[in-house]
Amino acid sequence: MGQTISEKIFAKHSGQKKVYAGEFVDADIDLAMSHDNTVLVSTIFNEIGVKKVWNPDKIVVVLDHRTPANTSKTAENHKIIREFINEQNITNFFDIGEGICHQVLPENGFVCPGMLIVGSDSHTTTYGAFGAFGTGIGATDMAAVWTKGKLWFKVPETLRFNVSGTLSRYVSAKDVILHIIGKIGADGANYKSCEFYGERIENMSIDGRMCISNQAMEMGAKVAIIPPDKKTVDYVASKTNAKFDVVYSDKDAEYEKIYSFDITDIEPQIACPDKVDNVKPVSDVAGTEIHQAVLGSCTNGRLEDLAVAAEILKGKTISKNVRMIIVPASRLIYLKAIKKGYIQTFLSAGATVVNPGCGPCLGLHQGVLAEGEVVISSTNRNFKGRMGAPSAEIYLGSPATVAASSLKGEITNPRDVIK
Amino acid sequence: MIIEGRAIKYGDDINTDIIIPGRYLLLTNPEELAAHAMEDLDPEFIKKFKKGDIIVGGKNFGCGSSREQAAMCLKYAGVGAIIAKSFARIFYRNAINQGLPIIESSEAAGAIKNMDELEIDLYATTIRDKTKNLQFKIQPLPLFIQEILDDGGLIYNLKKKLRH
Repeated sequence: MGQTISEKIFAKHSGQKKVYAGEFVDADIDLAMSHDNTVLVSTIFNEIGVKKVWNPDKIVVVLDHRTPANTSKTAENHKIIREFINEQNITNFFDIGEGICHQVLPENGFVCPGMLIVGSDSHTTTYGAFGAFGTGIGATDMAAVWTKGKLWFKVPETLRFNVSGTLSRYVSAKDVILHIIGKIGADGANYKSCEFYGERIENMSIDGRMCISNQAMEMGAKVAIIPPDKKTVDYVASKTNAKFDVVYSDKDAEYEKIYSFDITDIEPQIACPDKVDNVKPVSDVAGTEIHQAVLGSCTNGRLEDLAVAAEILKGKTISKNVRMIIVPASRLIYLKAIKKGYIQTFLSAGATVVNPGCGPCLGLHQGVLAEGEVVISSTNRNFKGRMGAPSAEIYLGSPATVAASSLKGEITNPRDVIK
Repeated sequence: MIIEGRAIKYGDDINTDIIIPGRYLLLTNPEELAAHAMEDLDPEFIKKFKKGDIIVGGKNFGCGSSREQAAMCLKYAGVGAIIAKSFARIFYRNAINQGLPIIESSEAAGAIKNMDELEIDLYATTIRDKTKNLQFKIQPLPLFIQEILDDGGLIYNLKKKLRH
């Protein structure tokens, strides 16, 4: 029987010819990423009692969740992290302001097709956009990886998604994946490997693919892989000289289920409070008053996302009742956005642009919400209390929808603000 | 391993932001974390909860962020075990690593009512609802996972292996 992409990657990383869904394997890890929670991982690692990490060159640490340090406790934690990585000779370290881990890793050539990557962050699924097996784990699992560079896995079943159709104006990758999550459900892909195919996916930019793989976590995906093609290989080869294997599913691979989506007529989509699968077309909730608009995050903080927002906001001013917070996903993106004039457009429109990082996504700083406030956000989760006060309501939408809504002060179909 | 306690029942999709909100993630003392368990969902949880109680959830328990503090705060609050129709996978692993027994059983999670007295025989693989006089058969956990739970969590399991 043929194998899926995940089955092949696990076979290779556990020294076996073939493995199939349902088997348990002990797999070699190619790359282990952690962020501000490195302090918790290192505490656990020290408690286990192994003196040195298995391979400092296969570990990457990025400070992004609370950057710059938002409290003295965070500052202490960051200091502990800097001391730990020096002790352990971990040179792959990105301090505050470099950007969000899931953007920084591909930009710096750490992600290649066929790799087995773990991160102490659920949106590690983002690396599936490059044909890698990228999955999130907790702090103790990460400490275990640091001791010996291996981790147990149960090989997941695979779901195949065939996505076809043409995107209309201002309908983007975010709308496609929210539409799919709305249909599949928050646990519809629980513990599954998702593979994405079809002309709609093939025609997507790397930025768009990263959005798909990232947001797919919210339907429970273990991984969300887009088979590598010329776009993937060109991108990766421009960032690293490392050799890599492109891995594809066999023609006779077994999928648990095959889904087909034609997204031709979909409107911009909104995930309504407070579940990510509570997805409705924007016209169902248009007119909902907002107090804050957020453009950024590992899901939608890339140049393509900033570009569409700049197009909508150019020469205009946001509603006086809205605070718009814009968070470029990395320093590199921020610099490119400055060159292209996007930052000027945002500031002239009345938006607040903050440093690259996770920003307001998890309700800790840079735009926390008060009780009863409403936000439209390009981030990935809208759970109760996620972005601040428990009664604040979070609507998730694409960068175009966020930008359009910031102009009107209410949730707005982006097609309604552009002539 | 025999676990006994009252059932504390919740619904579907109990996410890790609601189990332990982001604003508490800097707390390092596990007992301090435990004091805030389930706060945004059920502010009375920590008051009405008795050590040894068993959480019974619907589908997709523990979905969302990978924060291990979610499993940690429930473990340190004294949760005896969690039964759910299904678990999100990162939480599933984190609970095992924290030495917190987790059981996936659609049948049991569906039938058990709030405050039912339960008895779980983890390795004989049965759940008994003493209040309703019902018994459920559950899937056995792989041996290496049973070992991690027996040792009280992955840290202790790894330390034990390093000593040998």
